[in-house]
Amino acid sequence: MPNGAERPTRVVVTPDGPILVEGPVEVVGADGSVHRSDRFVVALCACRRSRTAPWCDTSHRARRRPARPGPAARDEGGDPA
Amino acid sequence: MTAIRGGTATPVAPPLPRPDGPVSAALLAALAGGGPLAPGAVGDAASQHPYGRDAQLALYVLYELHYRSFADLPGDREWDPDLLRLRRVLEDGFLAALRRDVPGGRSAADAFAGLLTESTDHRGSVAHHLEHDGDLAQVREYAALRSLYHLKEADPHAWVIPRLRGRAKAAMVAIEYDEFGAGRAENVHARLFADLMADLGLDTAYGRYLEQAPAEALAPVTVMSLFGLHRSLRGALVGHFGCVEVTSSPGSRRLAAAMRRTGAGPAAERFYDEHVEADAVHEQVVRRDVIGGLLADEPHLEPDVAFGADATVFLEERLAGHLLGRWRTGRSALRAPR
Repeated sequence: MPNGAERPTRVVVTPDGPILVEGPVEVVGADGSVHRSDRFVVALCACRRSRTAPWCDTSHRARRRPARPGPAARDEGGDPA
Repeated sequence: MTAIRGGTATPVAPPLPRPDGPVSAALLAALAGGGPLAPGAVGDAASQHPYGRDAQLALYVLYELHYRSFADLPGDREWDPDLLRLRRVLEDGFLAALRRDVPGGRSAADAFAGLLTESTDHRGSVAHHLEHDGDLAQVREYAALRSLYHLKEADPHAWVIPRLRGRAKAAMVAIEYDEFGAGRAENVHARLFADLMADLGLDTAYGRYLEQAPAEALAPVTVMSLFGLHRSLRGALVGHFGCVEVTSSPGSRRLAAAMRRTGAGPAAERFYDEHVEADAVHEQVVRRDVIGGLLADEPHLEPDVAFGADATVFLEERLAGHLLGRWRTGRSALRAPR
């Protein structure tokens, strides 16, 4: 169902991550560049660290040193779904 | 029908693989011969190591009967009671081993806390290795092994849909719609992966690299079907899916960089670039609405959600250990062709 007066576009502010906006959207950057996405929801970068701005790339995540350093350090970069 | 190479449009089911032990031998003999399962197979299944290749290959083949099956098999073997009995014994062993090997009784928040930070220790990371050190041969091996899942990407997770309701169901279907190309065949993620394989000069036929896959590469695929095909494991399926989505975006960024550095090709880059962006969205939706919605409806499933995530991490670490152990000593991670 398309967004309209009866069903406004929902924008969700997450506690420590991106801003979620129902798509499709067109985002105009500060430099005038236009970015389009047809995805059902888009995640807009709110931390300004994304390398794929204006979209979130999870760069907001905290970094941590491993609790138990060793050769069995966890594989933090997973395969896609 | 004609086999079309270069996409997952290939309608031909793969040939049955070669057996790799007594259980898979009995199963494959029953499938190839069209006859009953040998009486000793179920007993053998109970005594095989659940992570070993004989048990994992047998499970993989049994599950595949529910997806695209194999060439020249009658369609109703999927519901053969003897094969289901064998599957149940293998699944019980696999589940018992996983429950022994991962922390139990955790909250979903505990299981996901570690996944939502990025470690500064990259020694165990396959994506980091491929980003910085891997060569094109290792990228090709990685894609060949991952093709066992990615050529049916998001299929195992579709089984959970009728077992969800309300917020969890709506969100799960929205993510799956994205995975399945949002109505466009050329954007189905499995198709994008086939395009990646074509860039790398790999055979895109469904199931083509099963023979080359070691046990460590089979278990992360069989576990999805295990969780997907059992209503009682719906919490684990959702936890597994959340784990994959949460870890995908940073991993895909590294793998996209690996594709660029090794000159893998534009479709190879596109597959991982698409997953950086898509899974940063999916991660938010799966945590808030799929896991959040399921646990609002069925709070008693929380330990299962954590189990699904932890089991996924455990099996991915075993695969990473295998891949890095082989590659860092200059060896192939694939099984040698026989």
